[in-house]
Amino acid sequence: MLIGRSDPERPCITICTGTGCVAGGAGDVVEAFRKVLADHGLSRRVEIRLTGCHGFCEMGPLVTLQPSETFYPKVRPKDAKRIIEQTVLNKEPIEELLYRDPSTHEPIEHEGDIPFYSHQHRIVLAENGRIDPTNLNDFLDIGGYLALQNVLATMSPADVIDDVSRSGLRGRGGAGFPAGPKWKIASEQPAACKYVVCNGDEGDPGAYMDRSVLEGNPHRVLEGMCIGAYAIGAQQGFIYVRHEYPLAVGRISRAVQDARRAGMLGERILGTDFSFDLKVVRGAGAFVCGEETALIASIEGRKGEPRQRPPYPAVSGYMGSPTVINNVETWANIPHIINNGPDWYASIGSEHSKGTKIFSLVGKVNCTGLVEVPMGTSIRSIVYDIGGGIPDQKALKAVQTGGPAGGCLPADQIDLPIDFEALREAGTIMGSGGLIVMDESTCMVDVARYFTGFLEEESCGKCYPCRKGTQRMRELLEDICEGRGTMEHLSLLDELGATVNTTSMCGLGQNAATPVLSTIRYFRDEYIAHIRDHCCPAGVCTELIRFEIMADLCDGCGACAKVCPAEAIFGEKNELHTIDPNLCIKCGTCKDVCTKDAVLVLSGGGHEH
Amino acid sequence: MRAATAPVREIALVDTPEILSSPVGRIIEEHHNDRNDLIAMLLDIQDAMGFLPRFAMEHVATSLEIPITEVYGIATFFKYFRLKPPGEHQCTVCTGTACHVRGAARVLREFERHLGIRSGEVTDDREYGLETVNCVGACALGPIVLLDGDYQGQVTASKVPTLLRRLKRSAEKKPVAARSEAAA
Repeated sequence: MLIGRSDPERPCITICTGTGCVAGGAGDVVEAFRKVLADHGLSRRVEIRLTGCHGFCEMGPLVTLQPSETFYPKVRPKDAKRIIEQTVLNKEPIEELLYRDPSTHEPIEHEGDIPFYSHQHRIVLAENGRIDPTNLNDFLDIGGYLALQNVLATMSPADVIDDVSRSGLRGRGGAGFPAGPKWKIASEQPAACKYVVCNGDEGDPGAYMDRSVLEGNPHRVLEGMCIGAYAIGAQQGFIYVRHEYPLAVGRISRAVQDARRAGMLGERILGTDFSFDLKVVRGAGAFVCGEETALIASIEGRKGEPRQRPPYPAVSGYMGSPTVINNVETWANIPHIINNGPDWYASIGSEHSKGTKIFSLVGKVNCTGLVEVPMGTSIRSIVYDIGGGIPDQKALKAVQTGGPAGGCLPADQIDLPIDFEALREAGTIMGSGGLIVMDESTCMVDVARYFTGFLEEESCGKCYPCRKGTQRMRELLEDICEGRGTMEHLSLLDELGATVNTTSMCGLGQNAATPVLSTIRYFRDEYIAHIRDHCCPAGVCTELIRFEIMADLCDGCGACAKVCPAEAIFGEKNELHTIDPNLCIKCGTCKDVCTKDAVLVLSGGGHEH
Repeated sequence: MRAATAPVREIALVDTPEILSSPVGRIIEEHHNDRNDLIAMLLDIQDAMGFLPRFAMEHVATSLEIPITEVYGIATFFKYFRLKPPGEHQCTVCTGTACHVRGAARVLREFERHLGIRSGEVTDDREYGLETVNCVGACALGPIVLLDGDYQGQVTASKVPTLLRRLKRSAEKKPVAARSEAAA
């Protein structure tokens, strides 16, 4: 239903304009709906609301009609006319445009009945699809800033800290430090100036939940920060967002302005003695700036290099003053904890990890998107119940968690409940919630090389183990991927990895070897295949693979020879074609264009793909 | 640490036509000549000019009374900054993890081969620039390539020549709705 609208029966077309849907063409869809409404003279009667990310990015652009809650995935501009005429005016769903259950192929009309959504437990993401993030009134209609009002009117700072502590909320940025105790430390500092910071430097490739919250529900983050500032006694705060996220920067900046105008920020907030203001700071692209001391350096206009801790920022942070840094998702949880009580929050999740966590489910999975589930949910449930399993009937091989400095878990561990402790025990980390699904065509050695190369590039260079260790590990992995590996490479990687993880200064270096160590731990056979047999079982490592055309499948259409950039394919029309291995540059174009699947990738003794 | 004690290299602020016609002075003023806003200034300068020309960095250093090395340090530490002008058309290949497991490395190799340049370079005629980005957050559409800021999803190696041809044809791209909103 429509929330808090003066007329809940007024038809409303909500269109997701998160980055995923915009990339999929949501802009044109919006224009088409506007035009059709204008043509029918309905522009006043029917509202079009552009919302933030709904999370089901695989199916974008997403359109949901209110009040009927009819959900249309993958909407094209040409569908606008039919949807308006049939569903908006005549209240009839259009069956062939509805979402179909991937297993039963039955059409599903309502968003909430789709397995992708029905298996989730959405708290932070729940509001994204309902409000126009650029409209403060929309947010107020769903109870926005009520928690702040409540806090300022009825709670002391100590009460707030007590509630947050009792809720069991732990930082969503990666390390999982409990939020309440962190706030308490900062509140006990005698300093005159204190600060709160929102860490929106989402540098994990493949994770975009923080951006979606900033884009889709920016006021919730502001409200959380105001409450945090009140609790620790801060007058100033910063929201650090990547400049590469222009939409998020725009939306949060606008929200700050609107909140200031409405008296939720600035001097004497809501008529009380509490004053607090926020500044949006743009990051310029450095993965290490997700580390809190590096982030503070960057806010101060310096290079984002971490420093030794302690002192922790809660004691000495921005300009040497006590500073509480929490991640976007953590801040967005605060108003919900105040509104519903700490016991409610603590009742969700596992023993030591409370509440829900948003995961960015990407890679080789049917339903890519943002998934919010209670802590302790199994990986299996996320990948299969919500994510709809692996495409093309392939087998799940591994799930990678925790971003580039996280680890890979093999398929036989997917019943592991996801929480901070369980992941740590299994040799990986929670990180900020990236969850990358890999199937049998993913090479784990290549993945380790990829992450290590990423970390080498992103290492700030301040401490030696990380700067040099990531470089040497990447070189060793490259040797293995290119067929120069020996068994000694493996033991060197083990030894070097342990050293990097134990002796680096900051969180980046302390997890820099995790991708390598976890893949060696769980996929040792694959490393050995590369080393002993010069075979890449997944058919990925270019130096170890070759392309061949299967005689029984090739019909001699010549499509491959036509596109081959190296002119390495020979054959007469309607005759078997062959690839000259000496000319072949292994670009894979022939395999892409072959309609008969006659091009095979072979490696070592003859693994086929 | 603030290099308060380091000697400031004297650069005479000559009002060359180059400086006068550039937005650098205005941007420094907008940030109230505040040292803490150094990164924000450089971001704005690059957004306005496409890259950070040397004279702009010198102008900032002199204006803030800090060594040019400090400005250069920031400009080279953060990934976003470019010290050379980009190509007329910019191809950005997303090499985030989701795109990587779906074959982004092969796509990047094809762009490099077709354009004859490596990632981070610009063709001799300055027509095309090629770069990578760690994640654009549209993972459902991976592998993703941005052509002059326009998203292209599910790119394979075999699609690269077509994409480059299309890029050449349509120099004038219409702005994506979301981008124009963010810019406003």
